[in-house]
Amino acid sequence: MGSATLAHAKLLNWLLSLSSLVCCSAAGYVDDPNLSKSFLPHYEPDQGDAVGSSQDTRLHVFTVDYDYVQIPYEVTLWILFASLAKIGFHLYHRLPRLMPESCILIAIGALVGAIIFASDHKSPPVMNTSIYFLYLLPPIILEEGYFMPTRPFFENFGSILWWSVLGSLVNSFGIGLSLYGVCQIEAFGLTDLDLLQNLLFGSMISAVDPVAALVVFEEASVNEQLYMMIFGESLLNDGITVVLYNIFIAFTQMHRYEEIESIDVFAGFARFFVVGLGGVLFGIVFGFVSALMTRFTHNVSAIEPLLVFMFSYLSYLSAETLYISGILAMTACAVTMKKYVEENVSQNSYTTIKYFMKMLSSVSETLIFVFMGVSTVGKNHEWNWAFICFTLLFCLVWRTLSVFALFYISNKFRTYPFTFKDQLIISYSGLRGASSFSLAFLLPVNLFPRKNLFITATLVVIYFTVFIQGITIGPLVRYLDVKKTNKKESINEEIHVRLMDHLKAGIEDICGHWSHYQLRDKFKKFDNKYLKKILIRGHQPKSSIVSLYKKMEIKLAIEMAESAMKISNSSTASSQRGRNERAHRLSPAEVESMRDVLAHNLYQVRQRAPTYNRHNLPTNTNEKQAQEILIRRQHSLRQSCRKGNSLPWGRPARTTEVRYLSLPQGPSQPTRRKTRRVAFTGNGSALLYILLQQ
Amino acid sequence: RLCRQLCTKAMTPLSQKSSGTSDQLHQPRCVCFLCSKENFDSIPDLEFNPIRGKIVHAFFDKRNLRQESDGLADEINFEDFLTIMSYFRPIEMNMDEEQLDRFRKEKLKFLFHMYDSDHDGKITLQEYRNVVEELLSGNPHLEKESARSIADGAMMEAASICGPDQVYEGITFEDFLKMWQGIDIETKMHVRFLNMETIAHCY
Repeated sequence: MGSATLAHAKLLNWLLSLSSLVCCSAAGYVDDPNLSKSFLPHYEPDQGDAVGSSQDTRLHVFTVDYDYVQIPYEVTLWILFASLAKIGFHLYHRLPRLMPESCILIAIGALVGAIIFASDHKSPPVMNTSIYFLYLLPPIILEEGYFMPTRPFFENFGSILWWSVLGSLVNSFGIGLSLYGVCQIEAFGLTDLDLLQNLLFGSMISAVDPVAALVVFEEASVNEQLYMMIFGESLLNDGITVVLYNIFIAFTQMHRYEEIESIDVFAGFARFFVVGLGGVLFGIVFGFVSALMTRFTHNVSAIEPLLVFMFSYLSYLSAETLYISGILAMTACAVTMKKYVEENVSQNSYTTIKYFMKMLSSVSETLIFVFMGVSTVGKNHEWNWAFICFTLLFCLVWRTLSVFALFYISNKFRTYPFTFKDQLIISYSGLRGASSFSLAFLLPVNLFPRKNLFITATLVVIYFTVFIQGITIGPLVRYLDVKKTNKKESINEEIHVRLMDHLKAGIEDICGHWSHYQLRDKFKKFDNKYLKKILIRGHQPKSSIVSLYKKMEIKLAIEMAESAMKISNSSTASSQRGRNERAHRLSPAEVESMRDVLAHNLYQVRQRAPTYNRHNLPTNTNEKQAQEILIRRQHSLRQSCRKGNSLPWGRPARTTEVRYLSLPQGPSQPTRRKTRRVAFTGNGSALLYILLQQ
Repeated sequence: RLCRQLCTKAMTPLSQKSSGTSDQLHQPRCVCFLCSKENFDSIPDLEFNPIRGKIVHAFFDKRNLRQESDGLADEINFEDFLTIMSYFRPIEMNMDEEQLDRFRKEKLKFLFHMYDSDHDGKITLQEYRNVVEELLSGNPHLEKESARSIADGAMMEAASICGPDQVYEGITFEDFLKMWQGIDIETKMHVRFLNMETIAHCY
């Protein structure tokens, strides 16, 4: 009872604050008399005051100057508005199950648009080509690339590549050509749209944004392969559609349509490959450079997030300079960088990077959706029934066709073939989103006189897919009962699966057979031998283990400190029980920590795909552990006899040694003790110091 | 090296033949093809594999070779080799529930034999420790102590799944099956051969 009323109270609170914000923003819009149309606030020295005009001879105590702050003010209001809406969205429990979060964002955008339209206000032109491509798009891409689960991605890499690249191409050309066919029919009044424009529209509209679908998948915990396919598609699709878009725009700009010869078409194809692959190479180079930089930053850890962001952004910008796909560059940079940077940066920097990235991408997405809403409620529309209906139809049809055709082929080469159900889900999860809208919005009007038609069509498709498909995909997934993933994480499973990996690699060696396990093994060897030595600071082979090893050790040392009062006979406790000497219980925290040692280190990227949700992050497991330990302090007294031999790093646990965080007897450990202690001030040491005060 | 060359040479013509009974294929090869442990040791890539010993051992394990006796064979012929390879068949689309179940059990049995080195039908703590130590042996900086404690932890966990209160002697095959329940072994444990029919004839 109490919780329900609490939830209602929260909801009410939120509603009140939201309405106040709305009033405030509406007031802001209504209030301003003169609006500057330029992009930057054009600060004119007010001649009245300077010269002492005849009108205002008094000193005003209270003046309003809205023009000066208009743009940042409104942008901030939008973002705040959207954030409040998100809070409200999640407060009301049933809503997230019902519809994806993008729906709320679009609704908010439409609301803001309605307000602006109603108050007849000219919204600040926050979105033009350069702003979108330089400021709004990179954070989204960076966040996608950074949080990508590497191992499943590379395991399915072939299929993902095949599906994304060919799927985008097939969709773009298919939709474009079909629409061109439709445009030829005189009755629809569309004959002035030539082939190139239709192709361009096709490429724009096939930019898929399945974040909403991913959230649904995550919640329904579908199997990993399906998840990775959609994820990989969303990652690569952005890059590919933008490349296609740019190529088509370049074609359109070659003044006359008749001048395009086949050589240009071939050049277009070649350019596609150059742009794509060049982008990836660029990204990898930048990733390595930034990883190298972070190796030396342990004294200035405050700038580590800065390095990460700036280098990724730099890779994007450099690639864009050369007209190479900046999106792919940034993605490759993030993926490459992540592994090494995570080793090198301090814990706090790591957290900062994660949260800041999410925040930036959230802001960008919100702005884009708001802008989309503003455009919806506006005057720049052109409605043409035929075009719009056929667009929608072709989008659905071509996606289904491409899914089934491409997967039919790729299933022959896959060890895990995608079932019909899987394919159905994949074809249904083709939600369009912010990217297609942006591309439509940024069409140059001089080349596309019927730009408004495109915008309208794009908006209709987006609304349809996000609302209708987004809402129904959840029930569909549940109805079809797609194969679920196995979430159980246990040490046994880790060991077994690891054994399986090696076994498979070994058998394949014996057969002289090549597969991706071999590639992965070879890459890992190369990585360990060369790359990690260069890029990771203070690298002993597998320092990833040593670092988290020590983290684990701190946590366990805390526990040992708890039972340090009871230290009596350390090593003789369990030796006499023979075979079953280990049958006494290890504490759950220990098991947890061992599990973490395995999960995080030995099997480097064994982590399950983290929640692919732009809007929140999985809780930090370290925090959880620290809390657990604090809680367990109360109940720790009965664990007195479990120390000693069962802990690798807890040799005879004398009080004095505990004080110095007894490390395993490694050769060069002592010198590193100090730095590591400093590095973990965030979580472990604080607790430790508290405990050791006793 | 010899073994491997013979293996690869044997596999390719086998895979190119789209149909053929086992008699035809095996007869000419059976006689002149005998493999022993030394041949396996000479495969270069296998050196880096941490569980190399166990893999080679598995080839010679008589339980895997479906022979009634126990212990290790000294040499295997081609048919035995194929028998081992048949554990790694991928699943076929037309298998029904019962076949799938049997399939899965066979693969798991193969794995079980890899753990259970003393052939007593149970994975004891010491054997488990051996496995974990071997797995982690690729990393020189992780000490045996930690490997041991990880194995201990795993054993604790297995004990808690399979029967928390009694004195736990070892993981039996049923417990092993239980532990693997959620994991999709059919898709993990296979090697893609170019043609499967020849392998099927081993039965």
